[in-house]
Amino acid sequence: MSTATAPSVTTPPAGVPKATPGRAGSRRTALLRWLFIAPALLYMAAFFGYPLVRNVLMSFQRYTPTTYFTGEAPFNGLDNWRAVFSDPLFTDALWHTALFTAGSLLGQFTLGLALAVFFSRRFRLSRFVRAVLLLPWLVPMVVAAVVWRRILDQEHGVLNAALKTLGLTDGGVPWLSSPSVALLSAVLVNIWIGIPFNMVILYGGLQEIPRDLYEAASLDGAGPWRVFRSVTLPMLRPVITVVLVLGFMSTVKILDLILALTSGGPADATQTLGTVTYQLSFLRLDFGQGAVVGNVLILISAVFAVLYLRANRTDFGNGK
Amino acid sequence: MTPTTAARTAPGTARGAARGTVQGTARRAHGAWNTAAALLILAVLLFPVYWMLVTALQPSSGIDVDWFPTDPGLDSFRKALDSQGGSLLTSLGVALGAVAVCLALAAPAAYGLAQFSLRGGQAVVFTTLITQMVPGIVIANALYSAYAELRLVNSYLGLILADASLGLPFSIVLLRAFMVSIPGEVVEAALVDGANRFTAFVRVVLPMSRNALITAGLFTFLFAWSDFMFALTLNTTDDVKPVTLGIYQFVGAHVSDWGAVMATAVLSAVPAAVLLVVAQKYIAAGITGGSVK
Repeated sequence: MSTATAPSVTTPPAGVPKATPGRAGSRRTALLRWLFIAPALLYMAAFFGYPLVRNVLMSFQRYTPTTYFTGEAPFNGLDNWRAVFSDPLFTDALWHTALFTAGSLLGQFTLGLALAVFFSRRFRLSRFVRAVLLLPWLVPMVVAAVVWRRILDQEHGVLNAALKTLGLTDGGVPWLSSPSVALLSAVLVNIWIGIPFNMVILYGGLQEIPRDLYEAASLDGAGPWRVFRSVTLPMLRPVITVVLVLGFMSTVKILDLILALTSGGPADATQTLGTVTYQLSFLRLDFGQGAVVGNVLILISAVFAVLYLRANRTDFGNGK
Repeated sequence: MTPTTAARTAPGTARGAARGTVQGTARRAHGAWNTAAALLILAVLLFPVYWMLVTALQPSSGIDVDWFPTDPGLDSFRKALDSQGGSLLTSLGVALGAVAVCLALAAPAAYGLAQFSLRGGQAVVFTTLITQMVPGIVIANALYSAYAELRLVNSYLGLILADASLGLPFSIVLLRAFMVSIPGEVVEAALVDGANRFTAFVRVVLPMSRNALITAGLFTFLFAWSDFMFALTLNTTDDVKPVTLGIYQFVGAHVSDWGAVMATAVLSAVPAAVLLVVAQKYIAAGITGGSVK
């Protein structure tokens, strides 16, 4: 990566604040202007701010199945936190979440980038195929997971049927029924879901790279791989950061896919932080412990939110 | 659609000039291989979608499905509509409601953030970006308690309001990015003509932002239509049951009829497929605009 040509992102000069006409300081005008933003702000306070605060509070409260009848959820100090952290299921879920996220991102990104590079070539139907490839990403995730559940069925699934025809397996691979394979299967399905998104964004990024850079590089005698490493990747870096961070955000909190594919099983082999939160809160009705896991999830997301904002800083630092 | 796409992807100046020469012929042969490879990739990646269709079209209740639908029938679709038709309507209503709520909140906010240099405006944009990262299950966890107190559990209104949150940050970011480019003079002119800020917004800014609004609306629709988390957590009865929840319960019980399940899956994928065909440019604009820009 130590190429001297690695260009930095073209940062437009910090925008000059829009000149507000005349004596803009007028309080009335400012107030009226805020009225445009106020409804959205109130909504975000209720649907994002409130849940964040409430979750922290809830994690110190004792919720039982009767709480919603009696309305009583007494504070119980660190009990929930202790209970969650001493539960081996939490540690397992943390580990599964890490594996699931890392595996998914690695697969989605590499395949998405490969496809983006491939589709950057000009050929007939390129645009059409690229558009249709988006379908897996646009179909509701639960629906995709249900379809895959059928495909991966050990006895009746079409994947095992194909493998048997090819003589690659006798009894069929226990894709979803073996604790040692199920998480891998979930990763594969999620890679399938995520490829289109990665492809489209990375493709967009590739189109922004000036053609003359490639021409200059090949004039200098660089081969295709060398050009990819020294021109494409460095130029694509901001887009890569965004795609990875967004991918991380949507993957780390995974719930739909796992619930519909394996329900966290077999033998808790596919439990993630998302599914554990769901189970604790909505099946065991222990919203306090669910909130603890939720808070851990927020904490992890927060770290990556910082990364995202740093990648995006070029955007909102100025007007455009 | 094919001819126009081919025309649009036709290489520009320098490359186009090469056409007809030896080099050009070679390039075209190369292009044919690329097209073949692309179609192969398409076949592999879309196989699950194909399989969904094939299973739904075969009347054998989906046990041993042929690779090709030799004897296709619509029985499964009839069964799917019988049991999940109501859920499909629920999904449609909830998604449209979410779009309405989301755009009504996002459009004025995006305009305010784009055109008024408000003190604290930057902080609002910053906050909007942050909210995109809050995991849905965390929201659901706390929202359930609030909903229980407000009697919004098992209500259409409750689900619509929650689903609007899936599209709001995205819509604000996208619309704002578009609205910064609206020249302030256009609005000033309307103001001179006697309109107030709000009517100027409605009569001038909204029509100008039509494409961005469509993109934001489409995505919010898809997000809400695909929502499973809020449907699952904010409903304890079957009163409000979108199709995502319907299909989940469908397979949660012992599945005896995969044909009907797959038919439901096909029906629930219809909006995505339709939008992909009729609104392709908006989708492409949304994906790149909402995330990168």
